[in-house]
Amino acid sequence: MTMTCTETIAAYAFRSIGFGERMLPKSDFTLCQQFTLIGSGLIWNLYYGALALLAGFFLANALALAKSARSRWLRKPAEWFIFTFRGSPLFIQFFLGYQAFVLLPKNGIDLLGVTIHTDWLTKAWCGALVVLFLNTAAYSAEIFYGALRSVPKGDIEAADAYGITGFKRFRRILWPTMLRLGWPAYTNEAIFLFHATTLVFFSSFPAFRQQGDALYYASYFADKTYNPFIPYPIVGFYFICLTLLLTFAFNAVNKHLNRHLPSNQRARIRLRPQLIR
Amino acid sequence: MKKLMLATALVALSGLAAAAQDTVRIATEGLYPPYNLVNDAGKLDGFEVDLGNEICKRAALTCEFVQNDWDSMMPNLNSGNFDVIMAGMSITEERKADRLFTQNYYPPATSYYVAMSADADLKAGVVAAQTATIQASHVAESGAQLLEFKTPDETVAAVRNGEADAVLADSEFLDPIVAQSNGELQIVDKVQLGGGVGAAFRQSDTELAGKFDKAIGEMKADGSLNELIKKWFKEKAVLF
Amino acid sequence: MFAQCADPSTLSGFTWMLCYLTSGKHLLFYYSFGTVLVLLAVTAPVALGFGFMGAIAARAHNPVARVAGKTYMLMVRGIPDIIFFMFFVIALDQLLETGLHYIRCPDWTDPIRTGLEFKVCPEAKIPPNSAPQIFHQIYGFGLAVVTFAIVFGAFTANVLYGAMNAVPRAQLETAEAYGLSARQTFRRILVPQMWVYALPGLSNLWLILIKATPLLFLLGVNDIVFWAQELGGSKTDSYAYPHDDWRLWYFLFLLAFYLAFTRVSEIVLARLTKRLSHGQATLAGEAMRKAAA
Repeated sequence: MTMTCTETIAAYAFRSIGFGERMLPKSDFTLCQQFTLIGSGLIWNLYYGALALLAGFFLANALALAKSARSRWLRKPAEWFIFTFRGSPLFIQFFLGYQAFVLLPKNGIDLLGVTIHTDWLTKAWCGALVVLFLNTAAYSAEIFYGALRSVPKGDIEAADAYGITGFKRFRRILWPTMLRLGWPAYTNEAIFLFHATTLVFFSSFPAFRQQGDALYYASYFADKTYNPFIPYPIVGFYFICLTLLLTFAFNAVNKHLNRHLPSNQRARIRLRPQLIR
Repeated sequence: MKKLMLATALVALSGLAAAAQDTVRIATEGLYPPYNLVNDAGKLDGFEVDLGNEICKRAALTCEFVQNDWDSMMPNLNSGNFDVIMAGMSITEERKADRLFTQNYYPPATSYYVAMSADADLKAGVVAAQTATIQASHVAESGAQLLEFKTPDETVAAVRNGEADAVLADSEFLDPIVAQSNGELQIVDKVQLGGGVGAAFRQSDTELAGKFDKAIGEMKADGSLNELIKKWFKEKAVLF
Repeated sequence: MFAQCADPSTLSGFTWMLCYLTSGKHLLFYYSFGTVLVLLAVTAPVALGFGFMGAIAARAHNPVARVAGKTYMLMVRGIPDIIFFMFFVIALDQLLETGLHYIRCPDWTDPIRTGLEFKVCPEAKIPPNSAPQIFHQIYGFGLAVVTFAIVFGAFTANVLYGAMNAVPRAQLETAEAYGLSARQTFRRILVPQMWVYALPGLSNLWLILIKATPLLFLLGVNDIVFWAQELGGSKTDSYAYPHDDWRLWYFLFLLAFYLAFTRVSEIVLARLTKRLSHGQATLAGEAMRKAAA
């Protein structure tokens, strides 16, 4: 009962999120099967990367502001948070995250009449996402903090001269400039965050119903065929495509952020590998 | 120059004791007591280590035990980084297709479903098992929802913290854990899986596999295998 | 280690803990911190070498070298490092053994690959099967170091390439005007000045390298993560020191180790930057000059 490639794609393209064939392939292990299932697993890498990046962006802004605040009570916690997540391996953060999450009470925590579900946190889709979210928030916060400190003094003085103050000054002057200055570095952070999602496979978060990320299926095939030289390069191929797409999207945003500048002053995005974990 | 030095170093390394008798390297996991474990002195120990040493004595072979992850056992065996696997590996039809097995040195054993409560749902609930074991494929095929972990320890931890309804693993591994859990864990169901535990070899290594097989046969006949089983599995031992 | 630890089952409280923490297995755990430090000490210079060669290749006039250098540099941008770790070690191992096979056993007629098996002649095994386990471990560790160095060499190449381009053109033009050859310019002008531009990037790479060491575990080396998992896992009566699942504590210890290591590195690197900036034609150097005046 060998399947044609179209049938394989129909059966396995969404296997990682619970649609299609229930049992993983037991024989053949054709290239088509490997490409399809690993691609299916990539859905999870995209999910982790995209959501962590999106949520992390907001926390990162808050943290960057807190770190540059005058008040000790805001500055110190932000500094410690950023140092802890930037100073330790993501691998260890995953492990400790999982261990901490399983310690939470099973039935959820009652907080002001609202029950917060805690059992989700022990599942990879939620727990690993939370760890990645905190991790990327810390890295991005450091980028934004650096950018905030390099906002030209003149910009702020000009704002003062026009009588723009308080939150308005932040929203109209400081924040856009910070984003523009930090964007090239933030692009790298985004790329390496997506790369870091492959570590979820090695985290303690278990695979459920044989639904896993790209590396989960790659290792399934490597285990079944004893040939690591096909599945892992397939993962690599998918990630190269993903990186190109990300670079393209972030470049478009970069252009938008720099649209008011003369073309020879625009910041170009270059690889600065200080941002992997 | 650098390349040359590297080459010289490799040649020197590979030339070491080349004249000495070839050592048979036996791989085990070291994480599956009492089959195999790393004892508190940091040395490999357990039923299979004792048995392997005895087999080598009888077959007049020089053997050495090495530790390897469960995940990368077969790739490393096939690329010749060691010659034998003795790591609680059950003999199954699927596995026989790509490796040689000796006759079993531990009888077809029972696998236990262990859970926190007697009414755990084994048919459709969440069942934990170690990745790439016969128990994992059994759960996947049974219709229950498989929760996979890299090490056996974690599968039990998952039941304790309520992530999984039950764990499926060898009875020998689970027995002491259940016994020492003060009634927290209990055996809910039993299944027979596989054809016992055997030593695995590369398909081309018929000669070495034959020597091991013969020694195991002798040990079964003179009762010394049962003695070893009793030593390690205590009162729960299943004898030949 | 201590005499009173001979029979752990009779111990309790503090003595139990003392004996437990000094068991043979724990000593191996402590030694494995040395493994991590050795990895860092060996990988850093080797990666720097790879990076240097990569950066020079990427700047070369020869188009083949340039493409090779740039591909090497871009490799790490597109593909997660873990993917390399998943198959580099076994690929490297088989590559070396195949090479040695052709040198040592030219008369060998059996194919190297049959079905799933990879089989070279016994003389080509590195190290030979009969070598003590320690040599196998050293070889495995060596493969891990090379894998690390290749991946981090690509990052280093990126940093050095950028730093070489950051050296002011005028410096090089002046050198040419004085009649220095391209080689002399490179060695006497470009390289000495490049370091100060490369240092921020290299500092970051060092911090990344520290944080990448738990990946040793994935390469099959018994490192600190391996022992933390092994020691922390719950132990039944099969062991001399039975206990519950203590992995959380072991991993918290690892966390503390990494944070402390990062902090110390940051302090040392900050001092180094200060020293290197001295007398350089950069903003930092200028600031130091002004402060002294």
